[in-house]
Amino acid sequence: MSSRDVILGRIRDALALAPPVQQEIPREYRTGRAMPKGELEELLTDRLVDYKATVHPCEAAELPATVARVLREAGCKRVGVPAGLDDGWIADFDGEVVVDSPCVSAPQLDSLDGVVTGSRVACAETGTIFLDGSPDQGRRALTLVPDLHVCVVDLSAVEVNVPEALTRLVPERPTTMISGPSATSDIELQRVEGVHGPRNLHVVIVR
Amino acid sequence: MTRVALPSPAFPPRAPEGAGNLRGSESFPDAAHHELANSQLRRNISNATHTIREKRLQVTGELPDWEQLRDSGSAIKTDVMNRLPELLEQFEAAVTARGGVVHWAQDAVEANEIVAGLVRETGSEEVIKVKSMATQEIGLNEHLESEGIRAYETDLAELIVQLGHDTPSHILVPAIHRNRSEIREIFLNEMADVDPHLDDDPASLAAAARRFLRHKFMTTPVAISGTNFGIAETGTLGVVESEGNGRMCLTMPQTLITVMGIEKIIPTYADLEVFLQLLPRSSTGERMNPYTSMWTGVTPEDGPQSFHLVLLDNGRTAALADKIGREALNCIRCSACLNVCPVYERTGGHAYGSTYPGPIGAVLTPQLAGMHGSHDPNSSLPFASSLCGACFDACPVKIDIPSLLVELRHQKVEQAAFGSEAAAMRAASIAMSSSGKFTVAQKAAGLGRLIAGKKGKISALPPPLSGWTDARDIPKPPKQTFRQWWGSAEGQREIADARRQAHE
Amino acid sequence: MRIALFATCIGDTMFPNAVKSTALLLTRLGHEVVFPPGQTCCGQMHVNTGYQPDALPLVENYVESFGDESIDAVVVPSGSCVGSVRHQHEVVASRYGTPRLCGQVETLKAKTYELSELLVDVLGVTDVGAYYPHRVTYHPTCHSLRMLRVGEKPLQLLRAVRDIDLVELPEADSCCGFGGTFALKNAETSTAMLADKIRNISGTSAEYCCASDSSCLMHIGGGMTRLQMGTQTVHLAEILASVEDHAGATA
Repeated sequence: MSSRDVILGRIRDALALAPPVQQEIPREYRTGRAMPKGELEELLTDRLVDYKATVHPCEAAELPATVARVLREAGCKRVGVPAGLDDGWIADFDGEVVVDSPCVSAPQLDSLDGVVTGSRVACAETGTIFLDGSPDQGRRALTLVPDLHVCVVDLSAVEVNVPEALTRLVPERPTTMISGPSATSDIELQRVEGVHGPRNLHVVIVR
Repeated sequence: MTRVALPSPAFPPRAPEGAGNLRGSESFPDAAHHELANSQLRRNISNATHTIREKRLQVTGELPDWEQLRDSGSAIKTDVMNRLPELLEQFEAAVTARGGVVHWAQDAVEANEIVAGLVRETGSEEVIKVKSMATQEIGLNEHLESEGIRAYETDLAELIVQLGHDTPSHILVPAIHRNRSEIREIFLNEMADVDPHLDDDPASLAAAARRFLRHKFMTTPVAISGTNFGIAETGTLGVVESEGNGRMCLTMPQTLITVMGIEKIIPTYADLEVFLQLLPRSSTGERMNPYTSMWTGVTPEDGPQSFHLVLLDNGRTAALADKIGREALNCIRCSACLNVCPVYERTGGHAYGSTYPGPIGAVLTPQLAGMHGSHDPNSSLPFASSLCGACFDACPVKIDIPSLLVELRHQKVEQAAFGSEAAAMRAASIAMSSSGKFTVAQKAAGLGRLIAGKKGKISALPPPLSGWTDARDIPKPPKQTFRQWWGSAEGQREIADARRQAHE
Repeated sequence: MRIALFATCIGDTMFPNAVKSTALLLTRLGHEVVFPPGQTCCGQMHVNTGYQPDALPLVENYVESFGDESIDAVVVPSGSCVGSVRHQHEVVASRYGTPRLCGQVETLKAKTYELSELLVDVLGVTDVGAYYPHRVTYHPTCHSLRMLRVGEKPLQLLRAVRDIDLVELPEADSCCGFGGTFALKNAETSTAMLADKIRNISGTSAEYCCASDSSCLMHIGGGMTRLQMGTQTVHLAEILASVEDHAGATA
């Protein structure tokens, strides 16, 4: 008998020895909430700043200039972008732009000064940004290896809380939830920003 | 008429002895004796647990629907246990459909063999690892070592523990028992190519770990992880973390091997909305942890192109066979119960002798690995609690740990009662079964007045009562019991006076 | 109201003043207090130590002693014993007892109250007319706090006491380390917990540490006398039963 059959048999035995009582699942917690745009932006910004991310709000027309300014101020000369990123977003950046592809190796990613991507959805109450590998976000390694991540969040894709944000996701896509830069509290519980993930997270919120 | 005997269900086996880390070498009181003497450990743990406790209360307090989330989390996990066979089969099919390979391991021994075999197939002699309770439970690193495979822990705390040739003392912050100068020493002694001028600032220490592991992340072809949940509906797995080492392990290598306890199932993707709110707030006291990675099978041109999932029993089905005890399987490993436990706060995690310390460990470990006789260290775990109930209040999935502890104590005594104690308990039961016998026993207790003598207190008694009198007195028994007073003329006069006052 | 007093084994034998105070207080408030003489112990120690079958005679004794239908409520000057009646008796009865016992347990569970619950919830009083001119700190015992959820009730009662100097106990909700046989089986850990509790009590400079569980008070008090600390222990009932011309019934 395979271990699969053995284990499934054991589970059935276990449930036969102690027959369970059917369990109803209460769902009284809050779902489907909405909030005015201004409040969403304020809440998301508050949470991101709390996590030591840097927030740059801007109007849609200001996006290229904002991205360029953030990259310039951070001293980025070579940045990576996913293949599906809107060219306009980095039109004002005067450094070198490397378009990611599966051929770009890990050490090559490591040599980039930063990366610019879009995002799928954000959750204001927890300050979380969801990336799902869509063409404007790229494969997971792209937003992981470079030390600086400029992530563009459209205010129309900001939800109040986790239940609302999850409804916008496609389960099968590899999904990364980001709440601030990489951090550890493993030494005497003192928080240190930046271990293995990008140590600098810049969020550009487009109104 | 022919009678057909249906096979009667058999009680599933516990995790095997001698494999993995589910049994210490000494009883809890003996182990606690050593740990209590370590004042540095006491300070570190007390500081850490108090800090996380405050943060947790703050972020759970800001959700007006926290209790409703707990109710749902608890019910979802109970429902999962009720429907485990069908959910596991659904989950397996979903993972397989998305290009994952599912393996089933009856126990630690089989799981270790499967993982080692998979690593050998890749030809790699090194693996990188994300912090995982399941692989710690089965002793995977030790097994890989014996097979000539070097496993690198990549979580900072796990790295500190590994380089320090130590064992974790906390589920969430495994190196909580080490302070910065101890960690600096460990890094200087054990980390290749470390800067000899390394100082003990946590930021410098974290940077040293980053440098040390960066190359490993870029070059190691195999990663091993655990998982926080496996979603039956979609086959999706998730790892909740902070440092980005999880993302690195789950993204960079060509091969990913995930070891998952069979109880980690949640039914649907939408159920994440409950657990992603419960877990970070209960665990690190954050609204959300920095990184959560979710993946389903293999994604072409993104992340590992070979994915293996090992589903682990190792005593979980034995726990499931216990109607009361199975509740412990609902645990989502947040460690909130450790942080509020007054016993854990004093002894730390090592005293529990298991991968799972603290209140949940005291109920989970004996259920997974059994309590074999009075001398088994695991037999002492259910008694390692004052039953103060703080763990139950803190548990995000409402596991009634105090009741489970009481139930396990009952099971322990049913299996093998402690000789003299059983006799004393029986005697007390008989003495208190009627007031007649009880008043006789009370007269005997009154003899304590003689022991107490003029001091008015009892300061020394023979074992096991010396456990009390080593540090505390017992007051001199009163001249009169309550019932003697009640039955006396004086008592009745006082009651009559009180009655008169009521009518005034 | 006709209120039956459950003295508890430890209250009856070792701390009769707390029980006496409960009887006098409720009588003064105009209620008829009865003491069913057959009573002994709730069986908590047996259940908590793992000896459930040995608890059965004690559960049977409890329902027999307090089964009289003319009793409106049972009052217990101990949170943990009420916790046992509410949460453990049905476990023991359903496992080892008869269906009849289960029914009796259910009935009694509903009318058994810890003293502060009875006063505040059932009788609706917070000011019982007590007078206690001392500095007091209150330790909310674990079972009152987390099993019974008495919450602020004992403090409401204490705040209404005249001339009391009530001081907050730091880390009040942490366990004193008693835990029944835990104090013997894990004596060193228990002592470490007690040391912190006593340090916090000492920091308040209180004359009295008050609680509503004699067993926890015996533990805390035993540690304090060993250290020759001036602070004494006092049961909530003793404070509430103290009146101006009879202050310090405990002394």
